[in-house]
Parts: sequence; structure tokens; C-alpha cells
Amino acid sequence: MDLNNRKKELVKEFSPMLEKFSPALKLWIGVLVVVITIGLYAFVLQVKHGHIITGMRDNVVWGLYIINFIFFVGISYSGAFISGILHFFKTPWKNSVTRIVEIITVLSIIVGPVFILLCIGRLDRLYYLFIYPRIQSPITWDIIAIITDLIGCFIYLYLTFIPDFAILRDNPDLKIPNWRKKLYRFLAINYKDTKAQRARLHKITSIMSKMIIAMAIVAYTVLAWIFSLTLQPGWNSTIFAPDFIVAGLYSGVGVILIAMFIIRKYFKLEKYIIKLHFVLGGAVLLVLSLLFGYFTFSDYFAKWFSHKMGDVGLLQSLFTKYFWQFIFANYIGILIPIIILSIKKLRTIKLITFAAIIAVAGLWLNRYLIVVPTLENPYVPIQDTRPEYIHYTATWIEWSLTFAGIATFLLLFTLIIKFVPIISMSGIIDNERELQNDKLKLTN
Amino acid sequence: MENYKSKKSGTDRRKFLKLGLMSSVTIVAGSSLISNLSTIGDDTKTSGEKVRLLTPDGKMVEVATENINKYPEALITPAESRKGIPDRKFVMVIDLAKCKNARKCVEGCQKGHNLEYHEEFMKIQLLQNTENEEPYWFPKPCFHCDEPPCVTVCPTGATFKRDDGIVLIDNERCIGCKFCMTSCPYSAREFNWGSEPEFNDKTQPYSPETQVPRAEGTVMKCDFCPDLLRQGKLPYCAQSCPMGVIYFGDKNEDIVTNGDETVRFSQLINDRGGYRYLEYLGTKPNVYYLPPVNRQFPLERGLNHDKEILERYRNVPYIDELLNKKN
Repeated sequence: MDLNNRKKELVKEFSPMLEKFSPALKLWIGVLVVVITIGLYAFVLQVKHGHIITGMRDNVVWGLYIINFIFFVGISYSGAFISGILHFFKTPWKNSVTRIVEIITVLSIIVGPVFILLCIGRLDRLYYLFIYPRIQSPITWDIIAIITDLIGCFIYLYLTFIPDFAILRDNPDLKIPNWRKKLYRFLAINYKDTKAQRARLHKITSIMSKMIIAMAIVAYTVLAWIFSLTLQPGWNSTIFAPDFIVAGLYSGVGVILIAMFIIRKYFKLEKYIIKLHFVLGGAVLLVLSLLFGYFTFSDYFAKWFSHKMGDVGLLQSLFTKYFWQFIFANYIGILIPIIILSIKKLRTIKLITFAAIIAVAGLWLNRYLIVVPTLENPYVPIQDTRPEYIHYTATWIEWSLTFAGIATFLLLFTLIIKFVPIISMSGIIDNERELQNDKLKLTN
Repeated sequence: MENYKSKKSGTDRRKFLKLGLMSSVTIVAGSSLISNLSTIGDDTKTSGEKVRLLTPDGKMVEVATENINKYPEALITPAESRKGIPDRKFVMVIDLAKCKNARKCVEGCQKGHNLEYHEEFMKIQLLQNTENEEPYWFPKPCFHCDEPPCVTVCPTGATFKRDDGIVLIDNERCIGCKFCMTSCPYSAREFNWGSEPEFNDKTQPYSPETQVPRAEGTVMKCDFCPDLLRQGKLPYCAQSCPMGVIYFGDKNEDIVTNGDETVRFSQLINDRGGYRYLEYLGTKPNVYYLPPVNRQFPLERGLNHDKEILERYRNVPYIDELLNKKN
């Protein structure tokens, strides 16, 4: 069987990625660990002194934390959506990106909810959510949805890893410590790549791929409802859930493109991640930027045109105090990607990645503008309040925890890449096997 | 989950409280009777003795002394505080024509709830209906809505609506997610952001009815002072207002009082054009306002405060104009 040889070849090809920790990589991990340590220190301070050391106050009760929460959960949801859809395609090019998407999905659903925990005043009472649950509360829905999503994504990621674990287990020549070999053996759960096993795994994976799409949509919709079910002007909008769904996809595709660029460059995977991937990803990003722009425009346009009392105050602050942020989030963050991605000449790998960076940064800022200015403009005008309670400015505690969250995401990503090849070997094998079968059919 | 430990004594006490409230609202003598009895109840716990009491409608009743507990000092536990005072439906009416931002209600409330000078359950807004009308002072407590959005969204049931209409917070149950704060359209809720020394004051056992002692990382708000209501007293804000702006009472009895005059609630609302703030939101508040017509004080009178208080109005659009007018 030449497929077994092919497996060996692939392992050999990817072995440098798995075996060696280059000095640059060690430095990178070191930097991430430092950032995370600073974040942990900030967290200790927050637990010790309370939320008083954050910028959150009685009017803006949620700040950077909830913005990061929406942002990360959005990326995860989008990853689940895309990897679920990719599963239906039977093209060779998908193998180069599926694993990146799946890892992003799982990691962001791990990092995201940590931010909502930082928002909670009494972490020591977190278990009250389970001993005194109230199913009427959207927060309870959110907890159920996110835990389900997290478990679902984990199972899905693991399922797609099993054949690769098996391949790695069957290659004892890898220069890796013994515990890793044992771990591969354990994680491969005796998968021998027989026909029956393959069929069964394929069946489970395809069921899961459909389920995680549904779970992700539910989770993100419920998250949007945390805002839109309140009476606050600016939040109480029927467009919020669909807008969050589109916005999540938009940022998710952006993050995937950025990850592809960095991985391609660092691991020299030009053979696997080709321009076509960027062009296709760019096309998806273009469609999403148009959709997202349309949703955002409809929302703000309706508010502006009907000028209800509460909305007027909100728009006024968006066009004065938050003018540049508003322009960046809702004009530059949408129009620049549209321009770059719709002109064929501009569709180079670098420019597409640039468009993705703009899209992701713009979207983060868009989430900021959804949360903070709205809370600064409630129904009853903010009066008779300590002046320092009126506006929100994030403190270094919140920023360092934000960066620690991003660093955790990157660190876990780096470690997973060192543990399992970023290009799905089993995907390549499956593809080649099918080509072989097709050839056999033709010759018969 | 209901408090099974104090169930027996609780129901008896409640019966008694009902008597106490009735008597104290109508007969002043009632309150002195209660305070005398509370000391008797202390040392005769299981004696089986009975005591004769006069009810408001002139009947004599016999009550077992062990059923008369240390009221009014009696602690209403978090579980008991969920039930509310029987047969009551509390309501507040604020007469905007009489308010001159004297801030006595704010101060009284702060004192009663052990709040710092810059923390407040009651805020005095400076509102303006249309640009042609003069602004007016608008005391804003918690509205204790009949459709409270804060209660709906609470994930642990830490905030709850009682039978007597009061919305309370149990800060021993609160996890500090702040969702109630974002869902309250009236911004009535406050958060304990940091830790203060008096949070650790264990001399007084915690009760959601007093909200003392407070706890770090939990939500608090105006509570209509149920501990005072049980004693037949008015809430701190209504007690301390020198102008009699704040009427408080019972919708079931159709009576509200500001301490000086006692009036029919329905009549007051109908005759004076009473309304509820942001009625269209559908939260059905239990705080009514009487419009600021025939005002008794010039508006600028409300600005006779030190700099620190004026700072609290810095972002009000017409404040500079008013300050100029005053000087």
C-alpha cells in the first residue's frame, strides 16, 4: 500500500514543525508568557481590590471585558460555521485551512468566556448560577448555550484530530519525548484507519459538523439577546441578533485570513496555503463586509431617521465624542475591505491580509461602540452623579487582561501547532485515496 | 428553599406584624404598646403566657407572648424578606411642584442605609419636558415596577418582586453580573465597586430589607425601607423631606401620607394629573409624579449647595444658564 508510505512521507515533511522549538519560537513563547503573567497579576489585583480598579462604574457597568467576550465568542461561532461548511466540500484545497479554522474555533470559545467571568463582581459565588438557576434569565440561556457550544466544538476538533493522532502514533521515528508518543497513542483511541472505522468516523464528524453550526448560531444569538432584550435605547433592536451573526462571521473570516498569512510565512507552507485560499477567503470577506455594512447602516439609519429621544442622545455622542472611532469602525472598517477585495488588481495575498486586519480592528471597535456609548446614554439622563462616574475609560488592569487573553489564544495556538501538524495529514490522505479510487474506476 | 427553620414563628410573627402595622398607621398609641411588648417578649420565651392587645378596630385579642418577638429589632432574614408584608401594595407619589432640591431625602436615605456621602439610592434629576418649559427638580428613587425588567433578567433570583410590590435585592445571593443594572431603564441601581470597612461590620445581621451591611461586588438600590414600614413609619426620604414632597402609602387602602397630610391616593392622582415616568416602557412603576405646576419655589433655589453637589450637575445642558441666573 503506497498510502502508508505516503503517510510516512507526510510525517517526515511536517516533522520539523513538530520536533523543533527554534530560538525565535522560544522567544515568542517567552513574550506571550510574560504578557499572560502581567495579566494574571492584574487579575490578582482585581480580585484583591474589587472592580474599583477597573474603569467600570455605575453607568458603564460593562466595559472592555464584555467587548472582548463578544469578540472572541464571535470568532468562535464564525469558525464553527466555516469549518462546518467546509466539511461538506470535497476539494483538496480545504485541507490546508480546515485545521486552522477548527483550532481558532475551539481556542476562542475557551478564551472568550473567561472575559465574562472577569466582569462578575462575585466570582466566589459563581456556582450560585447552578444552585439557584433561573431559566427565565437570558444569562442562564447564555451559559447553557456556551457550555454546549464549547463541548460540541471540543468533540468536533478531537474527531478531526483522531486520524492524525493515529498517523503520528504509527511513526515511532519522530524525535519527540516519550510522553508525547504515549499521549498520541492514548488520544488515537486505537484508530487503525480501517474501512469500517473510517466510515464511522466520517459519519460522526459530519453529524457534528452540522450540529456545531446550529449550536454556534444559537450561542451567538443568545449573546446578542443579552443586549437586545433590555429596554436600553441603542440595544433594544430586532436587528441585533442577525447583525451579531454577520459581524461574527466577518471578524472570524478576518482572523482566519490573518492566521493563514502568519502560518504560511512562518512555517513556509507556500505549497499548501496558496493564493487561491486568500482569494476565496477574500471573496467570502467581501460578501460579509457588504452584508455587515448593510446591517450596520440599516440600524443606524433607522435610528437617525426616526430620531427617538433616546436614540438622538446616542447618535449625538457617536458623532461627537466618538467621532473618529465611529468613522473607523463603520466607514473605514467596512469600506477599505470592500475596495481592496472588489478590485481584482488589489487582490494580492498581502493586501487581502491587510483588508482582514482592518476588518477585525474595525469590528472590535464597532463592538466597543455598541457597548460603551449606549451605556453612557440611558433613558434617564445621567445627572446627580459623581463626575468620574459618567464616562468610561478602561484602566491598565482591563487592557493588560485583554492582551493576556489575546496572548493566551496565541500561546495555545502555538502549542497545538507544535503538537499536531497544522495541515491535516489525514485530509490529504483521504483526498489522494479518493483520487486513486476514481482512477481505478476509470481503468476498470 | 423557603425558610423552613423559622416557618412557624415566621407566620405567627407576620400575623402580629399585620396588627402592628394597622395599629400604628391609625393609632399613635399602638407604637408605644409594641415597644413595651417587645421587652416582655424577650424574657418570657416558653412561658405560654398570653397578652391582651387592642386592634385598630377596637377589638381586644389575646396573643401568646412567645409570638411577640423582639420586634421592631427583629431580623427579617433573606428568606423571609422575599414574602413581603401581607395585604399591602406600597406606592409613592412625588409632588414635583414642591421640590426645591433641598437634598434632605438624599441625606436621610444615606444615613438610614449607611451610605457614603457620594452614594445615593435617590437621585435628584434636573429635567425639562420641552424647551419652552422651565426645567424642574425630579427626585428619582427605584420605581419598584410591577413588570420589573431587573427581576426578569437576574440569573440567580437575587433580586425579586414581593407581594407588597417592593423589589428587593438579596446581596448574599447576588453574583454581581450587573445585568439588572443594564436592564433597568431608569438607572436605579448602584454597584459596590470596591471594599469599604463598614462592609465587615458584623454587629448587625444582614437583611435585604435594610441592605446593611453592604457587600463588595453586589448590587444595591432604593428599597422603600421595608424595615421602617414594618414599624409603621415612612421611608427615610419621605420622613426627611421638609417640603412634604414625598407621599407614601398603601394602594390597597388607597391612602398616602407625607407625614403632614394624609390623602386618598386615587383622588390625589386624579385631581392633580398624576403620571408615571416613561409610562410607555410598560414597566408599570409604583412611583407616581404630580406635575410641576404652580411651583412653590424658584428653580434656582435648588442650586444653593456647595461646589461638590453642583459638580454632580455639571453635564446638565442648561446648568450654566441657571447658575448665572442665580448669581
